[in-house]
Amino acid sequence: MSPPGSQHKNKMALNSIHWFRKGLRLHDNPALREAVQGASTVRCVYFLDPWFAGSSNVGVNRWRFLLQCLEDLDASLRKLNSRLFVIRGQPANVFPRLFKEWKISRLTFEYDSEPFGKERDAAIKKLAMEAGVEVIVKISHTLYDLDKIIELNGGQPPLTYKRFQTLISRLDPPEMPVEMLTDTLMGHCVTPVLEDHGDKYGVPSLEELGFDTEGLPSAVWPGGETEALTRIERHLERKAWVANFERPRMNANSLLASPTGLSPYLRFGCLSCRLFYFKLTDLYRKVKKNSSPPLSLYGQLLWREFFYTAATNNPRFDKMEGNPICVRIPWDKNPEALAKWAEAKTGFPWIDAIMTQLRQEGWIHHLARHAVACFLTRGDLWISWEEGMKVFEELLLDADWSVNAGSWMWLSCSSFFQQFFHCYCPVGFGRRTDPNGDFIRRYLPVLRGFPAKFIYDPWNAPESVQAAAKCIIGVHYPKPMVHHAEASRLNIERMKQIYQQLSRYRGLGTRSENMKLTSSSVVFSARSVGEPRSNRKWQTDRPQRRWTAASAPAAAWYMTPQLPVWTEVRFTV
Amino acid sequence: MKRGLQGNEQEDGGGTSGGCQKTLKRSRKQRREKDLEDEEVRWECLPQEILLHVFQYLPLLDRAFASQVCRGWNEAFHMPELWRCFEFELNQPASSYLKATHPDLIKQIIKRHSDHLQYVSFKVDSSRESAEAACDILSQLVNCSLKTLGLISTARPSFMEMPKSHFISALTVVFVNSKSLSSLKIDDTPVDDPSLKVLVANNSDTLKLLKMSSCPHVSPAGILCVADQCHGLRELALNYHLLSDELLIALSSEKHVHLEHLRIDVVSENPGQQFHTIKKSSWDAMKRHSPKFNLVMYFYLYEDEFGPFFRDEIPVTHLYFGRSVSKDVLGRVGLNCPRLVELVVCANGLRPLDEELIRIAQRCTQLSAIGLGECEVSCSAFVEFVKMCGDRLTQLSIMEEVLVPDHRYGLDDIHWEVSKHLGRVWFPDMMPTW
Repeated sequence: MSPPGSQHKNKMALNSIHWFRKGLRLHDNPALREAVQGASTVRCVYFLDPWFAGSSNVGVNRWRFLLQCLEDLDASLRKLNSRLFVIRGQPANVFPRLFKEWKISRLTFEYDSEPFGKERDAAIKKLAMEAGVEVIVKISHTLYDLDKIIELNGGQPPLTYKRFQTLISRLDPPEMPVEMLTDTLMGHCVTPVLEDHGDKYGVPSLEELGFDTEGLPSAVWPGGETEALTRIERHLERKAWVANFERPRMNANSLLASPTGLSPYLRFGCLSCRLFYFKLTDLYRKVKKNSSPPLSLYGQLLWREFFYTAATNNPRFDKMEGNPICVRIPWDKNPEALAKWAEAKTGFPWIDAIMTQLRQEGWIHHLARHAVACFLTRGDLWISWEEGMKVFEELLLDADWSVNAGSWMWLSCSSFFQQFFHCYCPVGFGRRTDPNGDFIRRYLPVLRGFPAKFIYDPWNAPESVQAAAKCIIGVHYPKPMVHHAEASRLNIERMKQIYQQLSRYRGLGTRSENMKLTSSSVVFSARSVGEPRSNRKWQTDRPQRRWTAASAPAAAWYMTPQLPVWTEVRFTV
Repeated sequence: MKRGLQGNEQEDGGGTSGGCQKTLKRSRKQRREKDLEDEEVRWECLPQEILLHVFQYLPLLDRAFASQVCRGWNEAFHMPELWRCFEFELNQPASSYLKATHPDLIKQIIKRHSDHLQYVSFKVDSSRESAEAACDILSQLVNCSLKTLGLISTARPSFMEMPKSHFISALTVVFVNSKSLSSLKIDDTPVDDPSLKVLVANNSDTLKLLKMSSCPHVSPAGILCVADQCHGLRELALNYHLLSDELLIALSSEKHVHLEHLRIDVVSENPGQQFHTIKKSSWDAMKRHSPKFNLVMYFYLYEDEFGPFFRDEIPVTHLYFGRSVSKDVLGRVGLNCPRLVELVVCANGLRPLDEELIRIAQRCTQLSAIGLGECEVSCSAFVEFVKMCGDRLTQLSIMEEVLVPDHRYGLDDIHWEVSKHLGRVWFPDMMPTW
């Protein structure tokens, strides 16, 4: 986009800014390359509002990770005789001044697909236009251009993972990652750095942001591009050695932070998802001497992509109210129960150990996420997924807006046509995963003395066992906050009520009030599943969609939820 | 408020009060010149029956807006036919995110429409106030002749947290005054034997449906009274502790209509709880009397509490195991549940359920729906299972982790095999793994 007046500027020095938001890396960064291409000077900026830092819902681990990413960027840029400029303030306020001060004629950044990001970027683009600054945006945080996926699906994002995979397989493969920024690529482009750069534009410390770092244990997940690139090599080495690209079976070890784990680095953009994609592909072809890797190879990347796609056009994606894809479930408002869950005081060692790991380290295994999310929402506490999402936002390193909200909706059966019959038992599930209970002992040292038999349900241990373990339940460790069998029974019943009501509205149009309460029951089993149904209005006035045979997936509804497994005759009271 | 103008003009609910004005603005000359057919509709002259029909399509809020348009429409809004069904939503801001039915509306309904109410439900949140508010309304429904009453707790069972006497007296008002209750849904409430007696005394001819899972104050004798007197009872839901041989025999008596649906919740209060057994002969009597009835059983037991169950043939049609259930029990299910239509297993110990599934496919010839959570089944056995069931499996919900790849099938190709045998495209259920 070359606004009028830029012609004149091109005859003069071309000064560019590259704006880092995510994409905190120098490899595979096409927008950064655009900033450098033919430019006389380039300045890489990152905006940080210290005032905002204190009040935001972001915990110390996430801030530390971010700061480490920024330090790493700064160090890498130094090797190219450049620096990172950490600007205190908000982009909309500061950019106009920077455009003038630095005589900027080009601004580049990586495309941000999230609704809030798009709004912010539109405002900045406007500012830039007014200042005669050319804006170049490149897609590199996602494998694909998400708008193309949506277009291919008739203007709506796919709401089942299977449908998503089908669409992906019809697209061209992702673009190749571009080269790392090097001296050669920099060419004649320089970065003017002043004496007081450190004071004015240096990366702040945690203390400066208002965190008390006394006693803070060292980071289990160190931030930064350098660390990310080391990890991906380790990750691929391990895969090659195992020569097994299938999803690894879950075992006790999987619960612990792995030195080859990559999700936080993908979230912050220290690692390019496209680089990961192509490295996986190359390795697969080498080891399996095969031409086409299955889609499941890229599972981790595709799930991320799925949620970004689902969220990009939905500003209310992280809410229940007013969110066209979210079922309105009558969640309970219960701040005390929520606090117990968030602070690892539920009395269920499996849940508490997971939440402790989350708070201490910033990462938990995805099955652990399922367990605690289910416990909070549809499994036991019947608390809104939005609350759980906020806690994850604070503590989880790889949680960004789209993926976090989407996962919580998924796990609470609020969207994406999830079956809700299966509930993760807060005792049984842990026991099956780690029978010996080492994970519990590691994160809840107070329970160390319990034998494997009772470590998942210590309240059932006889008094002698508790005494021997020097841990009396109710005194040194809380009693269980719910009776699981009763809670899950109730909650399954609630979910059923909700989904039955929804399916009853189908075919009744807007007659939601006029429920005929008779005893003649709707017999679900009379219909055969898998056929496209006439879609009636569900929650909002969304336009009706027609399925064509080619595009219909196994669950051939669009907005109407798929019925759960229960074909039993139910009461229509 | 805009309405899409499409098709039948009569379906257009009008619009703002300015709408009527617009039509009058046309000149007299223009009006005379038009055909009879083109004569603009005078909305205020629509017959009440048509208005009623239109209003029935509107949600309550829109209907309320429409009622503000003119007196005629206001009268239509209050026609009895529009007040046959109502769902009272009682929520407190401190305990729920959802809005409650407006208190003024509730007052209006009690004042003007309590005679008209026939199908009523109360949805309450987890606060005691909401439950008490529901009971207050119930107590005022003195002139009501309810056909249906549903007390639904949408979160924690708040009816259990209010004074029992308050609840019972409110409920009794309805039982005594309605005399024609057909459907009653009172799960998770403190209803007791005496109040059931009152129910029976007044509604025995009309009661068809009774849903009362988790009513801890009711005894087997209490429910037996209902079965003995209410011969029209077609659908019943209760907890296992209320089930007895006598109850089944009573429900199978000659005077009784065919039972259509019996739902039983088997819930463990404490680990190691002992459960009584039901004689096979009682089930046989039920089967003889009501050959087509659905027997739905929900199990929330510890693994070692299944002793008394599935030892003999039982005519269960829908089985749900909410907690881990052992291989052994699933084996017994295969042997003893020939009428099984639907099976849902949340979890099992991590040993493959191959044999058990095959046996179920062989012997449960009516099976059309199955759901498996944390279980393990080898891919080959699963394909065999699906082959044996064929396309009678209309619901096949298997979590991805259940399927264990073996020498014949991997995870990437199993869905093709299964789809082939099912006759439609099928994939296992997936969970995000980012």
